Amino acid sequence: MNLAPKVLAGETRYIARALTWIENDRDGKEALIDELFPHCGHAVVWGITGPPGAGKSTLTDQLITRERRRGRRVGVIAVDPSSPFSGGAILGDRLRMQQHATDDGVFIRSMASRGHLGGVAGATGDAIKVLDAAGFDTIILETIGVGQTEIEVMELADVVLLVMVPGLGDEIQALKAGVMEIGDIFVVNKADRDGADKVASEIGYVLDMKYVENPSDRNPICLVSALRNEGIDEMMKVLDNYLLSMEASGCLSDKRRARIVSEIRRIAATKVEETVYQHLDFEGQIDAWVDDLFARKHSPYVLMHQMLDPLFKELESR
Amino acid sequence: MAKTIRVLVGKPGLDGHDRGAKYVARALKDAGYEVIYTGIRQSPEAIAKTAVQEDVDFVGLSLLSGAHNELFPEVVKVLKAEGADDIIIFGGGVIPEDDIPGLNKAGVEAVFTPGTPIKDVVDFIEKNRERVEAK
Repeated sequence: MNLAPKVLAGETRYIARALTWIENDRDGKEALIDELFPHCGHAVVWGITGPPGAGKSTLTDQLITRERRRGRRVGVIAVDPSSPFSGGAILGDRLRMQQHATDDGVFIRSMASRGHLGGVAGATGDAIKVLDAAGFDTIILETIGVGQTEIEVMELADVVLLVMVPGLGDEIQALKAGVMEIGDIFVVNKADRDGADKVASEIGYVLDMKYVENPSDRNPICLVSALRNEGIDEMMKVLDNYLLSMEASGCLSDKRRARIVSEIRRIAATKVEETVYQHLDFEGQIDAWVDDLFARKHSPYVLMHQMLDPLFKELESR
Repeated sequence: MAKTIRVLVGKPGLDGHDRGAKYVARALKDAGYEVIYTGIRQSPEAIAKTAVQEDVDFVGLSLLSGAHNELFPEVVKVLKAEGADDIIIFGGGVIPEDDIPGLNKAGVEAVFTPGTPIKDVVDFIEKNRERVEAK
């Protein structure tokens, strides 16, 4: 079946099926994306990330409401982790968003990470393309609850909202590399709780060091309570202005170009890997290799050079 | 590779007792399925529209309030109206034996009553795997 025309027409059932094809890496997936790709580029992608239980889904629910009030169609991809043991998953993000379940202007899809480690699923990038081509104006990508290094959302979203909460540590945590560096807008949620002001000022303290030469470029910090619906309108204004200034400065298109670079890299690496593994008969050989290495007959580098060098020589002679 | 089966577990209507639904959700996760849990107090329409967006293969409905004869068939009806008649529906909860044939006839393919081992639910899903494999 050719799903593309039905996706482009915005038919819910076929948008959903297209996402399934992508998640299962089914035959026909690449042809589907090829057909949708020329129609992409209209949507703005917001990334929502932060630790487990920070309130990402509740905040997403509030953002959907705000976007709908402005007449925008919203697509949501909410990622939760897959079990490393069974491969199964409990996808519970949308529970916080069910008030939008019967709104035809909102499409919410839960996605399991299926072993992918960057805080999103391997299929998330292509899933965003499907929602974009289907005509959603705003796409919200909610990551799994992240630790310090799950930062792939920055390669997929135009703007990243990093959701923080009181009680997770002092300013030394905010100094560290990784997730603290990828926030465009810092959202301190649960602002009704003790310590929220302190978290906001600690983030500010660290950001001030980063922007000591140009303080006006410092990332915004917003205090909100998603559950109590407090501070959200103010945060939306900050977000709107941030996106406008990104657009005006050319930063948005730079980011989108960088996204294309990493996507090409990823596709190339996957294709090369598949082909090389096939040439090596990887699955057929792996046990024998393990035996050799376990018995210390070779070093892993020597073994892999033996296997790969003939292949590389053949490539070079072309 | 076998397709990853997706199951929606939800509670229609006003009943707030969700321990059973959560137990089933967790057990199905452990059986290797992706479970979309929508929580309590969902309208049949919300459940059906969620099932369509999530492109699930199965919908499992849980109800302990006694309104199963009204609410379960209603979910089936809305799913059909949404064009999703390929989704397999099962149910569970405090459901009298006498009601089960009627529910089956209304399109609820299996009904699991209290005390059912979770293996029966997994067996039901596996028995129907072929029907959803091609999606």
